Amino acid sequence: MVESPDTDWTDVRLHVVTGKGGTGKTTVAAALALALAAGGRKVLLVEVEGRQGIAQIFDLPPLPYEERKVAVAPSGGDVYALAVDPEEAMLEYIEMFYGMRRAGRALTKMGIVDFATTVAPGFRDVLVTGKTTEAVRRRGKNGRRIYDAVVLDAPPTGRIARFLNVTQEVAGLAKVGPIKNHSELVNGVVKSRETAVHLVTLLEEMPVQETLDGIGELRSAGLPTGCIFINMVRDSLLPQAALDTAVKARFDPGELVLGLKAAGVADGAQAVAMAEALAEEVAEHAHRTELERAERESLAGAGLKSYDLPLLADGVDLAGLYELAESIRTQGAA
Amino acid sequence: MKKPARLDIDAILDDSGTRIVVCCGAGGVGKTTTAAALGLRAAERGRCVVVLTVDPARRLAQSMGLTELDNTPRLVSSPEGGGQLFAMMLDMKRTFDEIIEAHADPARARQILSNPFYQSLSSSFSGTQEYMAMEKLGQLRRSDEWDLIIVDTPPSRSALDFLDAPERLGRFLDGRVIRLLTAPAKAGGRNAFRLLNAGFGLVAGAMTKLLGAQVIKDLQTFVSALDAVFGGFRQRADMTYKLLQAPGTAFLVVAAPERDAMREASYFVERLAEERMPLAGLVVNRVHVAPASKLSAARSAAAAEDLDSRGEHELTAAVLRLHAGRMQLMAREGREQEHFTSAHPTVPVVRVRAMSEDVHDLTGLRQIGDLLASA
Ligand SMILES: Nc1ncnc2c1ncn2[C@@H]1O[C@H](COP(=O)(O)OP(=O)(O)O)[C@@H](O)[C@H]1O
Ligand SMILES: Nc1ncnc2c1ncn2[C@@H]1O[C@H](COP(=O)(O)OP(=O)(O)O)[C@@H](O)[C@H]1O
Ligand SMILES: [Mg+2]
Ligand SMILES: [Mg+2]
Repeated sequence: MVESPDTDWTDVRLHVVTGKGGTGKTTVAAALALALAAGGRKVLLVEVEGRQGIAQIFDLPPLPYEERKVAVAPSGGDVYALAVDPEEAMLEYIEMFYGMRRAGRALTKMGIVDFATTVAPGFRDVLVTGKTTEAVRRRGKNGRRIYDAVVLDAPPTGRIARFLNVTQEVAGLAKVGPIKNHSELVNGVVKSRETAVHLVTLLEEMPVQETLDGIGELRSAGLPTGCIFINMVRDSLLPQAALDTAVKARFDPGELVLGLKAAGVADGAQAVAMAEALAEEVAEHAHRTELERAERESLAGAGLKSYDLPLLADGVDLAGLYELAESIRTQGAA
Repeated sequence: MKKPARLDIDAILDDSGTRIVVCCGAGGVGKTTTAAALGLRAAERGRCVVVLTVDPARRLAQSMGLTELDNTPRLVSSPEGGGQLFAMMLDMKRTFDEIIEAHADPARARQILSNPFYQSLSSSFSGTQEYMAMEKLGQLRRSDEWDLIIVDTPPSRSALDFLDAPERLGRFLDGRVIRLLTAPAKAGGRNAFRLLNAGFGLVAGAMTKLLGAQVIKDLQTFVSALDAVFGGFRQRADMTYKLLQAPGTAFLVVAAPERDAMREASYFVERLAEERMPLAGLVVNRVHVAPASKLSAARSAAAAEDLDSRGEHELTAAVLRLHAGRMQLMAREGREQEHFTSAHPTVPVVRVRAMSEDVHDLTGLRQIGDLLASA
């Protein structure tokens, strides 16, 4: 094991990644795992929604319920992945604590586990968070933690507080008994300073609103908030001065006419028409940039650290994932 | 490449035979916006419309006066020409509670409503929202107070969830475990597990140990109480499903011009055909346009490079690069649409361009409505 590098989240061992659906939770969780593993560390990436998103992103066949190595991080370091299946987690749990392997199998076979976890998502949540926190706490023979960090690709913002607040959710269903005890163990990890809940957003109105609402809910549930990842950020190609004038609809196409002529793209009246059309595009771009700036400001109001992740023009492939990981590292998030 | 037929929105809205329009598609593509825009347009064309929304953006909801989740249609506007627009936001828990109240005697209803498993199921089962949206649609239709109902579908990842979830919830409530848990009660036994075999004894032991005896008891109470009202449940779901197959219904599949959303749209179109549900067409929403589209991406990028290398006209070079990026984006969007059309050449299509700002109010909705109808 390598000493922890000095980053913004050095003491955090469980990184929970949430966000509005489609904003890039799975992508950011995977990139964060790579970034945390860089330099010879060992990181576990956990997925709980049964979508096999991790396998897809690393271009692998579906993952079994088993921790296996999925990627090597820059300058050494390993990323392991686990797709948690609630039924399997239940069996493991029953066997580990009660030695009741047969009874566990029978429960599953009769569909009882499926039933209980469907009718009471709190049960399901406690099983998957239980498995995740177990990996966080697990130690090797030398007494050291097996994983330097665990990254959880979590449910979306709308569900995250309930998902993590397992004790509360289970309390209504099971007032005493092992499930209740189990939930308290999970709670101990989730609410500790070793955990941080990060939120992924885009600079658009609905995701930003959802992020702010989510932060509020996490806070009132006493859950530890981490940072905001602003995903799919576009470079601004134009100088700020040009954007400012364009927003005020005072952008002068005259300069463009000259430029277009100089580049030999168009001439005469054609150059003027083209410059005007381009000026319209500039105005729209400026308007968007302005809205994005406003969204950024609302996010800043939440008082969390934030990091920008670039929009990858060709979508996210493996190389793109490493690019995002690199960006996370250079900004000091990992 | 053959161009798809144009989807004629006004013909659908003006046809008094159209009683239900369902807007479906992947998450975030613009279903809620489209549903609201269609509602406003139909009302302004003289129809009495109710829009059933599930998750409007906050500012849009406020602008329609939907500040409370109260399950009651609210009058949003009554334009000249006699039409009216109502809107309501679905409250799934309350809708579920009302079904229970309608189907169980008061004592039993109380027993169900206060059961912790019912509370969990009715507020967080992943199919409850879809089931309740269907249920609400059925109720609105049966009330016959509106001549057009426009339904926005829940924000599930997959568009198919809307069709599948009610069935899944039905199967689930009708399933083997339910029968298992209710069997002893029906046989009059006090001990729930008494009549079952030794294997089940083992299971019962494990469950009790794991969950605690109280949980098992709650679960059983819940199941047997629900069992008593379930027949009614099933019937209602079947009725609504039939409604969706009726000729007065029109499905509009909404998609953004991106790979995942278009693929989802394809699945949905195929599924509707299998279910013999009437598809009206595809709305491709948030399509990018470029006023200077005569200038190609390649030419624009080359010119920018040329200016850069000469160290001249920095601003023009930047604008040309911006334009090249937009043209590339449009080309990608075009390819995604072509994929869809080559797989489904007979599905009519309409495109709505991406506005530079979110759609917040009736003016914005009216604009979207115009775009939907113009094409
Ligand atoms: N920075 C990025 N640049 C470009 N595309 C991205 C980026 N991040 C995510 N995506 C794409 O956005 C889509 C949604 O991302 P995903 O990680 O699956 O989101 P979620 O898990 O939140 O649903 C995927 O197609 C993904 O490839
Ligand atoms: N044509 C459009 N141009 C710009 N923004 C749009 C357009 N259509 C929808 N939006 C915005 O996109 C976001 C998601 O739209 P919404 O209708 O809520 O999607 P869905 O219901 O499919 O999840 C909203 O903020 C909405 O204002
Ligand atoms: Mg995901
Ligand atoms: Mg919606």
